[in-house]
Amino acid sequence: MNDLLTLSALELGTAIRAGEVSVEEAVRAALTVAGADNAFVTLAGERALERAGKLQKQVKGAQSPLFGVPMTLKDNICTVGMPTTCGSNMLKDYRSPYDATVVERLNGIEAVCLGKTNMDEFGMGSTCETSVFGPVRNPWCAGRVAGGSSGGGAAAVARGAGWFALGSDTGGSVRLPAAWCGVTGIKPTYGTVSRYGLAAYASSFDQIGTVCRDAADCAAVLDVIQGQDPRDSTSLPGPYGHLLERLSGDVRGMRIGLPVPCFGEGLDEEVRRSVLEVAQILRHRGAEVEECPMPAMEYALSSYYVMACAQASSNLARYDGLRFGYRTRDCRTLEDLYKKSRSEGFGAEVKRRILLGTFVLSAGYYEAYYKKALAARERIKREFTRLFERYDLLLTPVSPGPPPELGESLGDPARMYLQDTYTVCANLAGLPALSMPCGFHAEGLPMGAQLVGPAFGEEKVLNAAHACQLETDFHKRRPALRKGAVRNEMGDGHRP
Amino acid sequence: MEITQELVERIAHLARLTLSEEEKARMGAQLEDILGSMTALDRLCLEDEPEEERADVLRADEVGQSMDRAILLENAPAADEEYVLVPGAMGQGGQE
Repeated sequence: MNDLLTLSALELGTAIRAGEVSVEEAVRAALTVAGADNAFVTLAGERALERAGKLQKQVKGAQSPLFGVPMTLKDNICTVGMPTTCGSNMLKDYRSPYDATVVERLNGIEAVCLGKTNMDEFGMGSTCETSVFGPVRNPWCAGRVAGGSSGGGAAAVARGAGWFALGSDTGGSVRLPAAWCGVTGIKPTYGTVSRYGLAAYASSFDQIGTVCRDAADCAAVLDVIQGQDPRDSTSLPGPYGHLLERLSGDVRGMRIGLPVPCFGEGLDEEVRRSVLEVAQILRHRGAEVEECPMPAMEYALSSYYVMACAQASSNLARYDGLRFGYRTRDCRTLEDLYKKSRSEGFGAEVKRRILLGTFVLSAGYYEAYYKKALAARERIKREFTRLFERYDLLLTPVSPGPPPELGESLGDPARMYLQDTYTVCANLAGLPALSMPCGFHAEGLPMGAQLVGPAFGEEKVLNAAHACQLETDFHKRRPALRKGAVRNEMGDGHRP
Repeated sequence: MEITQELVERIAHLARLTLSEEEKARMGAQLEDILGSMTALDRLCLEDEPEEERADVLRADEVGQSMDRAILLENAPAADEEYVLVPGAMGQGGQE
């Protein structure tokens, strides 16, 4: 049965439609490893098996290449019938009255949801350690972090607990855990996947993306979830679809830039070498690869954290203890209720970002921080526009180094934010960006390379990644399952 | 820049958060540290930057179906059959 866990989502989908594997067998195989790494907040094994039984009767008429394929959802994506906690005490008992648009779309192609995955609280974190349900462990090394904030989904895919995961990416939250867990993740162009039903962190950056085994699976998932949605006013008209059928691996004549600031100071030597090997592979397959300047990069991280926190402070004002979410037991006045509910409901990192955001928006500091961050963002956008006049894609590392040890980043937020140095640019400019495995660091830890494309350039990004994956097998390697790593094999329902 | 205890208290009040003395000291130091790492923005001169043109995109103001009241109230921490229940808001307000 565990041979199933080595298949890609598309390979499993083909086997299901050919009648070689039943949907139930696939669900059962995934559930054998779902208890590892603290990847899940809610594991819905019984519910998934029940759905698998129903779907099996429809397998003959199946249309989608992902029919019956078990998958997972990050716990900030709203679902009817399963809690949506955002990894926070604030929403520990929250039950969404509606499904997110992406959930409707996945139900439409008859995918099977195994459960909701663990995440940094409200998506705020680079290491997946700020969840009220505890940190996600790296499947390759239990003493290391999985990366955040979609760490549960990335760890689950690496492990085999679901053949693909939906996550969200505000500053790198799909790409960073994908890199550190040795899987492939894509954040599509801003506005191409509906955010209806995604709990808001920083709305001008938040974008739902997917973590998969390889680029082909990413293409198949994007073909399902991308599309304009009247319920999300920032969602854009297409064209959408056909990413999978257009995946050729042909990169001949493609021009790829290596932004010089992404290979400078602070980058781990092994990561640098592995990403440059990706450049070699692309050259070998006919692409032209050369270094390019990107001076505006120096503003990226500051601009991102100022604006993301500003938006967070505004978005999270809705958690006031009144209509939904946590309410303190001990309050006399309304003011008291607001303050105590918020202070007891939010964790330290969320409070820190709310405070930082409130500060940069407050009178006296708005010009020095928020307005400058906004101008920096525009400068970065203009620079990308210029770069994409000359290049089809940019190639960079995903993170400056391998995953840190558990606990190492929590006391030093400024240092943790540096992990997002290479990923935030794509969010600032709303561009598609993919993270793929490009080698293994000392101690067997995975490393990732990032491809960034122009707006609506998903086809190019996926094609270049696919080209690399035709030449390498990093994406096919799986972490060993340690004895005792699986905590709760068939667990059902919500975590305590 | 220096983040004083008074500044932390003022921001926390604006954000409707209560911090313990220990939290105030820790958050103050960490905010100072984070803002200290944002020196790149100091090098940006706003006068040199072109103003970006922005336009709000509004959807048509059409009546749609609302969600069922009973379902929405299920998530409320305290409610009767029709309304969310909260402590009295009149006559005791907050300090501004």
